[in-house]
This record gives sequence, C-alpha cells and structure tokens, in this order.
Amino acid sequence: MLIKLRRASDCSASEITPESLYLSRRTLLASSLGAMAVGSLPRWVNATEASRYAAVEPGAAPSWFAQKLPATQWQAMTVEGESVTPFKDAAGYNNFYEFGTDKGDPAKNAGALKTEPWTVVIDGEVGKPGRYALEDFMQPYRLQERIYRLRCVEAWSMVIPWLGFPLGDLLKHVEPTSKARYVRFETLHDPKSMSGQRSDFALINWPYIEGLRLDEAMNPLAIMAVGMYGRELPNQNGAPLRLVVPWKYGFKSIKSIVRISLVEQQPKTTWQAIAPDEYGFYANVNPTVDHPRWTQARERRLPSGLFSPNVRETLMFNGYADQVASLYSGMDLRKNY
Amino acid sequence: MRYPLWRTGVFLVVGVWPFWWVYQAWLFALGPDPGKVLVDRLGLGTLVLLLVTLGMTPLQRLSGWAGWVAVRRQLGLWCFAYVLLHLCAYLFFILGFDWGQLGIELRKRPYIIVGSVAFLCLLALALTSNRYSQRRLGARWKKLHRLAYLVLGLGLLHFLWVVRADLKEWSVYAAIGAMLLVLRIPVIARRIPRLRGKKQLSATKV
Repeated sequence: MLIKLRRASDCSASEITPESLYLSRRTLLASSLGAMAVGSLPRWVNATEASRYAAVEPGAAPSWFAQKLPATQWQAMTVEGESVTPFKDAAGYNNFYEFGTDKGDPAKNAGALKTEPWTVVIDGEVGKPGRYALEDFMQPYRLQERIYRLRCVEAWSMVIPWLGFPLGDLLKHVEPTSKARYVRFETLHDPKSMSGQRSDFALINWPYIEGLRLDEAMNPLAIMAVGMYGRELPNQNGAPLRLVVPWKYGFKSIKSIVRISLVEQQPKTTWQAIAPDEYGFYANVNPTVDHPRWTQARERRLPSGLFSPNVRETLMFNGYADQVASLYSGMDLRKNY
Repeated sequence: MRYPLWRTGVFLVVGVWPFWWVYQAWLFALGPDPGKVLVDRLGLGTLVLLLVTLGMTPLQRLSGWAGWVAVRRQLGLWCFAYVLLHLCAYLFFILGFDWGQLGIELRKRPYIIVGSVAFLCLLALALTSNRYSQRRLGARWKKLHRLAYLVLGLGLLHFLWVVRADLKEWSVYAAIGAMLLVLRIPVIARRIPRLRGKKQLSATKV
C-alpha cells in the first residue's frame, strides 16, 4: 500500500486558483485600481493643485500654464496595460547634456535655467515668421495629456504622461511655404545657466540641434510638450517647451527649444554630426537595427529592480507602428537608421 | 607580516565599496537603473584601483617607505575582484544572462572585445600573483606582470568608447595613467627624487 505523506508546502487541489481567475488577475487589479481612482476623485477635484499622479513634486507654474491647465483634455492618449513611471524617476534620471553627462546632473544643475521670460523664434520657409513670447506662442492651443512610451537609444525606457499639443497644429498655424521640407529645432545656448555648455571637453558643438521631416512633424503623434504629470515641465525635462516624438529614440525629442525653423535641406543634427555611424537622422526605434555598441532588441523599463532587471522586448517604432510605419514605406531602415 | 595594521586598513577601505553600493541600491539610492550604475561604478573602480596599484612603486621610490609596495599585490588583486564583479554585473544587469547575445557582443562590439582582452590579462595576473608562480616563472614573471601597462591602455580605450559627449572625466584618468607610465621610463625613473629616508635594501621585491 502506498502511503502518501503530505508535506506542509504541498498544495491541495482546492487551493489551486482557477485558470480563468489567474488569467484575469490583471483586469481585476486594473479595475480595483480604477475603483480606487474613482474613489479618490472628489479629493483631487476639490484640491486645486493636488496632483493626479503619486508623489509629484509641485512646481511653480507660470501663469499662462496655470490658466491653460483646467481646460486640459486629460488622457487624450494612453498606453494599454503599462504603468506610468514614477515621477521621481522621470524627473531624476535624465539625459540633458547641457547640464552634465551623469543621469543625475540635470536634476542637480537645471535649477539655474531661467524659463521666464522665454522667447521662441519661428523662421525659415514660413508665411508667418516671428519672435514670440512663450505665453503668446502658446495662446492658440489647448493642452492634451498624452501618455507615451519613451525609449532612450541607450536601451532604457519609461512611460510618461506629457502635457502638450500637436506639433502639426503649430505648423499649420505658421503656414509653411511650398519649399519647406524639414523642421529644424534648436535648444537654448546659454553657458551662464547651462553648466554642461561651459565644459572645455564637450564633444557637442552647442547649441543642440534636432530635426524632423515635415510629414513626420505633421504626424498627430508628434507633440510640443510644456508639462508632465499634471504640472509644468521640470527644468531637467526640457522646460519650458520641448518636442516629444514617441516612435523615435529619446534624443530626437529636443528640450528647452528657442527656435523652430522650416527648412529646405535636411538639418545637420547634433548626434549625427558627432557620430554618424551611431546616430542617424531618422533614429526610429527599431529592434532589428543595432546601435554599433549595443543591441536595440531589448530595453530596461525603469525603474528596474536590483534583483529583477525589468528587461522587455523593444517594439518596432516603439509600439507606434500602426500610426507611423507608412511614413517610411519603401525606405531601407537599415540605411536610414 | 610587516605593516599588519596598514594592510588591514587598505583591505577594509578598498573592500567596503561594493557592499556600500549594493546597500545603496537596496535603499533605492542609486536611482531607477541601479544595475547600470553598479556596472559603471565597478568599471570605474577597476580603473581607479589599477591606477592606485601602479602608483605604489613610484610612491615608494619617492618616499622611501616600503609600506606602499607591501600593499601592491593586495591592490592588484582587488583590481581583479572589481573587474570580476564588473563583468558579472554586466552579464546579469545588461545582458540578463543571455549567452547567445554575449556571443554577438563579443563578435561585434569593439569596446566589449577590448574589455574582454583586458579582463583576460587581469585574470592571468591574478592567477600568477602568488609566490609559487613567482618562483616557477622566475625572470619571466616580471615580464608577464608588465601586462598591467597593457591593461591600463586597454581599460582606458574601453572607457573612451563608452564616453559619449564629454571627455573631461576620461581625460583626468588618462592623464594620471600616462603620468604613471612615464614615471616607469628608465631615464625618468632614475631621476625620481627621494624625498625622505635612506635607500632601503630589497625594498622592492619585484
């Protein structure tokens, strides 16, 4: 006779979670989170400045921003099934070489940047060139919240709720001429407030330049951002005005913009000028084309734990292929990386 | 054993860092990507220890104090321990123990290849750092351990290829490394002034 002794760690059949419940645990979690969110609704509606996201450091919003915020179209776009990166990581782990090359440097040094008053120059092949004070520049647009994946070329990624408006709306507003084929963006050059620009060993030829093809710029996913996590942009994230192009590597999303030019020729962008074999003009997120120094097939979704590195597969066009793949039909993305 | 306190002190001061860093990561004090920070710090620690190790002989010549050379082997072994941890952290945090990917990296990425060669050299030096090997290898031991200079060059190159936008930090390490190598050119080495103490017999024990 076989005598079966039960060990304390053994499970009995009655303890087994039904498969349907196991498979729906995320839905359950999501719905309970939703219930919590609804439960907390009255509080954040009442509290004027209280944040929609946990542990967001309050800023000192410029008045034009505070006036626009109530009319914001919240969650105009979201990311299915992925959680938003904690604010302290999105605001504490940055590549913004104008303030130093360490990830923590921008948060440490960007306080020196003065974002008010701020002027944006629109020039080149446009019907309505001009120099605008930021509050006038922003006047026509209603803010939208766009929750986007951000994939850095260094193989880490985050999910960030931006506040901004479609770049296409701005372009229509300034009336590009028939000659305009590219948009060129320029970051502030101010060594007095930007410590990284004072370095004698910098390989970057300041100011930082980025660019998009006009049809890329007109794609509804491309936005100009002025805020994140329900507040204005922290300086280290590119205050007061930055680009966000979610299907491209993060370095394309240029920060602290002072000049937007419509041009005929493809602009010489900063990273392309430093290392053309490593950083192309297009810089679309593409798991099948490696960076010469590392693979782009996977990414570390931050925050990544010490004992459980949060590594995941990188998606073509960072998961936005449906919206943007047609921009590149017929192009060899191995050559046009 | 001479200088027991000094040796123990060096042991503790050098050995405590990896534990401190893991503790910081545990407290979430290393930011959202602690694995990458550990890889970088262990790599930089290796370079610093290599420079410190190479600094012992000139310091001993300069000061006449034999204590510098008494900790040289220990420091060299610490350098190896750091590079071993650097490698493990890279395999775990960056590659996620994907051995297939490691094969690709070893074939395609020059800075990984250079780093691996430097690691193998350090491994050879660590394995032959004992007295038995010194006796077995005789005069060849000293030649073999000049590989440390090559490792310095490879390490700096490995580091240079990781730097992306600002060469300031790298330049400081490269300048110190270059100075330490220049001090070994015989013409210059002979002219290192002795600041204190008389010449001691057998102070430098290869």
